[in-house]
Amino acid sequence: MTTVLHAGNAQGAVLLLDEPLSFWGAFDPRQGIIIDVHHPQRGQSVKGKILIMRESRGSGSASGGLAEAIRLGTGPAGIILVEADMNLAIGAQVAETLYGKSCPVIAISPQEFAAFSKNAYLHITDDGVEAPP
Amino acid sequence: MSLELDDRQQGFLDGKRGKAHQLAMQLVVKAATIMAAPRLIPISFAHIDACFFTGQPHVDFIRFMLERKATLAVPTWTNNSVASIDDSSLRPLHSDPEMVAGAHELMRGYAALGCKPTWTCAPYQLAGGPKLGDHIAVAESNAVAFYNSAIGARSNKYGAYLDVACAITGLVPFAGLHTDEGRKASIHFSCDAIPDAWKRQDIFFHLLGHHIGRVAGRRIPVISAVPKETTADNLKALCAAGAAAGGIELLHVVGVTPEAPALDAISDAHETIAITRENIEAAHRDLSTAKDGPLDCVALGTPHFSITEFSELVRLLAGRKVKTTTLISTSRGVREMLVAKGWAKILGDAGITIPVDICTYYSPKIQGLKGRIMTNAAKWAYYAPGMLGVEVCFGSLQECVESAVRGETWRDPDLWRA
Repeated sequence: MTTVLHAGNAQGAVLLLDEPLSFWGAFDPRQGIIIDVHHPQRGQSVKGKILIMRESRGSGSASGGLAEAIRLGTGPAGIILVEADMNLAIGAQVAETLYGKSCPVIAISPQEFAAFSKNAYLHITDDGVEAPP
Repeated sequence: MSLELDDRQQGFLDGKRGKAHQLAMQLVVKAATIMAAPRLIPISFAHIDACFFTGQPHVDFIRFMLERKATLAVPTWTNNSVASIDDSSLRPLHSDPEMVAGAHELMRGYAALGCKPTWTCAPYQLAGGPKLGDHIAVAESNAVAFYNSAIGARSNKYGAYLDVACAITGLVPFAGLHTDEGRKASIHFSCDAIPDAWKRQDIFFHLLGHHIGRVAGRRIPVISAVPKETTADNLKALCAAGAAAGGIELLHVVGVTPEAPALDAISDAHETIAITRENIEAAHRDLSTAKDGPLDCVALGTPHFSITEFSELVRLLAGRKVKTTTLISTSRGVREMLVAKGWAKILGDAGITIPVDICTYYSPKIQGLKGRIMTNAAKWAYYAPGMLGVEVCFGSLQECVESAVRGETWRDPDLWRA
């Protein structure tokens, strides 16, 4: 089942995260880089990527962290989750209203997640996720 | 099940009340859709966290709302800030111009929106708050847990922006902790095996909260075999520690909290987990990263110190002065009570500093303190090593006061006597 958490169109190279990421504290929005020393993808940039992770690590401040990255242009092009996350959806909505910059957020089924995770490049559309032919 | 909106709510969403109310309703509807709520329900109170500076979008958000003539639908109080308008020496502008200027603009902005400028993470210590059964919107994790648990008001944890959106629309999604079925406990802890003498110590509730948070995670726990004399300060400690260590948003204490007159009134739990002495001792070790020794600071007030905690502190201090830098964070509301009782002068004369408006984690950082810091607050002990790079000695309030007076860690030989 696909749930559109924040609608939009995006495409880009995939960054598949092995662990959930918190956009507050574990992420530097000025550079768009994962800074949590415990995160396996520490040092990687999310900029312009289709970010795929099963879930976001929760914090009520994550919405602000994502909105700041979108504002600065260091954020992901779009986010694909399995577990729907309210804070990322709220952050993306606020950033779109304030700055006119889009970052769609979508939740898909575990089966779709497993399939799409193998792709190097993905599209997020208004209806779901598509892999280029 | 899809979300149903009434005409007025749909009007907000369609922009009939302007762009500010439209954005607020978009955020509430987005949350309701994700939570699969059938409808929105009115609230009577909000406590917001979007006033706590984390970056430029927070400033741009309140500017957007004010420029488009947003208004609040309900009484709305504010969480603490990263700076104090009241005392700029706590975080001078030059220390981080972007952050301090941003924090001050947020504080002015939310006051202009009509918020009551409480600047506290413990709003439940001030008069005039919500009551049993009230639906409210709260963001700060310990306040969510305390209002739900100790007061019996109802809130999910609403993150930044959504908290303000609820306050502007006066609405929340009818889901989760707003529903009767969403408030049932699913995990039962019994303190039957714990000596009664331990249960009269303030430190016990910090350690119990830390342990239960670790085990329960985001589930709703019910705790039994706790004395009915358990105080609001004890529940504050339990809630703050459980929220920090596990994400607890509601807990019940049989015979103490309002929705748990008896275990079967609130519990769907099928098994009982016994709390052991070893659990409490392990929590103590977990929260103490430093060996005992000379102290660089004693930091109290996470969440903000209450007037009853100050009363106990004044008694324990018994007119002595502290040797170690001692910071006790509280709200400006509680400070007014301190002044009225004549305790502010007593504490000042003793050499104790009482920052208001701000979050405790920032006190030692502002003052450049490093090294070994003692606290009685499980929440502070949980976050400080990572956030501040300090080492923590964890102790009871009496141990903290005696240690502050002596300048080094003091341990109460009678504390764990059963």
